[in-house]
Amino acid sequence: MENNKIKELERKAKIIREGILDCIGIDKKGHLGGSMSSADLVTALYFYKMRINPENPDDPERDRFILSKGHSVLAQYAALSELGYFSKSELKRTKEFGSFLQGHPEVRTPGIEANTGSLGQGLSIGVGMALAAKLDSKNYRVYVILGDGELCEGQIWEAITCASFYNLDNLVAIVDYNQMQASGPIKERYNTGDIKAKFEAFGWKAWEIDGHNMTDIIVALDKTEQVKNFPSAIIAYTIKGKGVSFAENNYSFHNNSLTQEQYEQACKDIASI
Amino acid sequence: MKIENLREAYGKELLAVAREDSRVVALDADLCGSTMTIFMEKEMPERFFEMGIAEQNMVSVAAGLSLSGKIPFVNSFSVFAAGQPYNQIRQGVALPNLNVRIIGSSCGLSDAGDGATHQSVEDIAIMRAIPNMAVIVPVDAEETRKVVRASLQHQGPIYIRITRSLLPALTNRHTEFKIGKMLCLAEGLDITVFATGIMVFKALQAREILSKKGISVRVINVSTIKPLNIEEIFKYTKGVKGIVTAEEHSIIGGLGSAVVEALCDMKIPIKIVGIQDQFGQSAGTHEELLEYYGLTAQSIIEKVEALL
Repeated sequence: MENNKIKELERKAKIIREGILDCIGIDKKGHLGGSMSSADLVTALYFYKMRINPENPDDPERDRFILSKGHSVLAQYAALSELGYFSKSELKRTKEFGSFLQGHPEVRTPGIEANTGSLGQGLSIGVGMALAAKLDSKNYRVYVILGDGELCEGQIWEAITCASFYNLDNLVAIVDYNQMQASGPIKERYNTGDIKAKFEAFGWKAWEIDGHNMTDIIVALDKTEQVKNFPSAIIAYTIKGKGVSFAENNYSFHNNSLTQEQYEQACKDIASI
Repeated sequence: MKIENLREAYGKELLAVAREDSRVVALDADLCGSTMTIFMEKEMPERFFEMGIAEQNMVSVAAGLSLSGKIPFVNSFSVFAAGQPYNQIRQGVALPNLNVRIIGSSCGLSDAGDGATHQSVEDIAIMRAIPNMAVIVPVDAEETRKVVRASLQHQGPIYIRITRSLLPALTNRHTEFKIGKMLCLAEGLDITVFATGIMVFKALQAREILSKKGISVRVINVSTIKPLNIEEIFKYTKGVKGIVTAEEHSIIGGLGSAVVEALCDMKIPIKIVGIQDQFGQSAGTHEELLEYYGLTAQSIIEKVEALL
């Protein structure tokens, strides 16, 4: 990967983080922490890996992306508006009455592939899409971002078992491993342990990467395409609130509002990346 | 009167429509021999997905298949199909209004031997309360086939409740069927009985006995409990002295509740035959349980007589 391509993706990630701040605004509650931790992963998928066409959002050959940790949707809205699925001016209306940018992903929003946000369901939906691709002999791939807190949901492990049973090598799960839940660090709240080992034990290929290192991310995404007969998992070590100084590793910004002062500081922090 | 197997009718019709429409796929949670998706598995194994005993995953996988253009039929016993994956149905299927068909097999008390854990008394209430969800209870094997076929044209999710017990044929291939349309099986002037599923035949039996006493009862088969056809409810209510509803389901949230909701502004007495907010239990036969819980022609007769 050429250096300038990496630089371009990092520049996109910065735009995504700015978009997240547009969505959150001032005195409006929003899931800042998880959106910021997912931002680089979302950027790499939308601007590097996935074959998508905003002009034809229903293209049957398109790759699919499901944000199973639906609360981080602000990062996805920012990416979709940057790609032209809808106007950037909509971001400021996120979560407002009458806006099609709901608090959690819904298919009525252009570019959103599934309704998620009730945690634990997105990987199964991805399994369904991957099965459909196999059935229809289509080459599209399905990418699902999971939260680490979400891994407590039993359904995730049903889906992991199912994907492995059906040899879904067109399915990639990416864990946004920010190690922080709504109520605190996973080590203090509810630790799901060695995630990579667990995926492997369930028959997946798995890698651990730095989820904020663009080179790491795209190398891992490329590797998943070489795997045959097994689904792939990328455990991406991230920082909750990444990029916003006062919110990094601070679970109180899981879903919180920003004061005028905090908002300005956040904008400054992102601008200086 | 011909007695038929509704599950078998379902399984065979599912295969028949799957032959004609490549969008149709089936998912089952280790009960294909009972839900009768086995016919489809045998002939087209690539379009049958064994999901293991994991109903939550099964429903969300169906959502993914539907979002990819398929029409998935999700199968289990009604108590597991409507109960275990309630939130998956609500969030992933009903909210985006997907064309997923959830088949609640061995419904009501019809899995008599297995007891309360395997008997659904509240599945209609649960499914009916979810926006966008249609709820259909076929009355016989013929109507089961028609429901399967008609479901392919319906936009949005459907919960279809199918009994394990053999039931008499009350309709034939010429009987008109439309989702959302009721069927008047017998005319009458004094009382209208709105019945669903296994209770429709019991209502017809009650009508026979009452007619000998000079009481004239109209029997309506309500197979589509949601969306409930309000116009037909009004039409069949007009001119009668009272209404009786009958269902093999809790009196809370089922057909009776739906009819009462529809008629709440009308000055007409209504009586509900159903399970009195109780769980089921094991028994040697389905009939024994129907008797115990008062799901009988006699119960309908008593309600009708109380209204006159």
